[in-house]
Amino acid sequence: MKRTVPLVITFLTGFFLIVAFFIPHEPFGELEQRLLVWFAIVSGFTMLLGVDNLIRSHAKRIARTDTGWGHSIALLVGLVVTVVVGAIGFARFGSPFHMQSPFMFVYTYVIVPLQGTMFALLAFFIASASYRAFRARNTIATLLLVSAIIVMLGRVPIGAAISDFFPAAQEWIMDVPQLAAKRGIQIGAALGAVSMSLRIILGIERSYLS
Amino acid sequence: MESAPKRGFWEAMNNLDRRIIFLILLVCVAIPLLLNVGAPIPPTRPVQLAYDAVESLEAGDVMMVSIDFDATSAPELMPMLRSALRHAFSKDVKVAMLGHIAIGLPLGHMALEEIAAEYDKEYGIDYVDLGYRPGYIAVMIAMGRDIGDIFASDYRGTPLAELPVMTGVRSYDDIELLFGFEHGAVIDYWVRYTQARFSQRMTFGTTAVMAPDAYPYLQAGQIEGLVGGLKGAAEYENLIGHLGLATRGMPAQQWAHLLVIGFIVLGNLGYFFTRRKN
Repeated sequence: MKRTVPLVITFLTGFFLIVAFFIPHEPFGELEQRLLVWFAIVSGFTMLLGVDNLIRSHAKRIARTDTGWGHSIALLVGLVVTVVVGAIGFARFGSPFHMQSPFMFVYTYVIVPLQGTMFALLAFFIASASYRAFRARNTIATLLLVSAIIVMLGRVPIGAAISDFFPAAQEWIMDVPQLAAKRGIQIGAALGAVSMSLRIILGIERSYLS
Repeated sequence: MESAPKRGFWEAMNNLDRRIIFLILLVCVAIPLLLNVGAPIPPTRPVQLAYDAVESLEAGDVMMVSIDFDATSAPELMPMLRSALRHAFSKDVKVAMLGHIAIGLPLGHMALEEIAAEYDKEYGIDYVDLGYRPGYIAVMIAMGRDIGDIFASDYRGTPLAELPVMTGVRSYDDIELLFGFEHGAVIDYWVRYTQARFSQRMTFGTTAVMAPDAYPYLQAGQIEGLVGGLKGAAEYENLIGHLGLATRGMPAQQWAHLLVIGFIVLGNLGYFFTRRKN
């Protein structure tokens, strides 16, 4: 019973959504719309579960004084401060996203710079990796390196200044070999998604129940 | 006393301290940014097509703007978002903003308020921020039937029925163009579920690293245009005649690219010579 009910719900939901896609008229159209709204609401609750999980796991780490427990304190303090300033913004301005809201101050001067800094570090690692790891060890690696250099030159003004070849070759690489590979990957991924969806709807794939 | 064996030049280069590499990159990026130079970048075809898509809109048409990025991609996507908003507002096109990345939506909101003020546009009449709703695909498909089912109110809680900008806007049938700003897989959802099912006209701005993912959609005609990376943003700035952060950032990107190419060449020379010696 514990497994059968979820399997039946999954099958019926999947079946109705497929029917609604091909027959978007009543009652299927309305039913699909209702299910989609439910899905959006349930998705909202998953965020609460995420927050609950985050608090529990970091509280445990602090209680056990595991490695990096200080970071967990910083995370929980950050979480509480963000929620509090968001609530203040909501109470005073009707929305935490109001431009005068204290949440927007925290967002602009803490969250955005932190996120930006984390991602900016990537540039330094790429520069280091380009020096140490991008080696022409064989023909395929050499082809990849040459393509990368052409694309990098073709995407900055100096490439066109050196020769019209670089922007043209860059465009060709993006339009032909890159696109062909990407399309093949996307078709493969789409077929895989269809296959997995059918397995879930028909109850063959049940790992989501565990 | 035995002295340590002398290391060759290329061996020393192979073991170059990575902090030196970091420092050189910092200098290469910082100097062009501080000098604040930058020249107009001629548009490429994908960017011209994106521009043409917005250009085809008429006064009073509604353009939906989707903020599907966060601060990690802001340097690339914010300049193109600002340009697209300037372009739309200059043509008196109405803007309805929403987003699928909750933490990035305030960035879009700030740009919307900033550019709307430049063109004396009024919230609720000329533009609206619908906010964020969880559930990516469910939100996209449900909006095809009734936007109000998902977005009953805007980000401030004002019912859509009380916002003149949303009068007569019920589904994708009433949205002339979707302009999405993407740093992840949301672009795939937009194309697969909104373009394929509802034939919604759409164009996108993406990070440079995501642009290759969008090329198949562009070639197939599923999306009308593509603004890729900082270069694409600089091209769009040139097209609307308002040079901004993207154009000023291009020299820094140029030097960073040249530096990386130099590092690749040096690294491979070191690899080649030391391997031959060994």
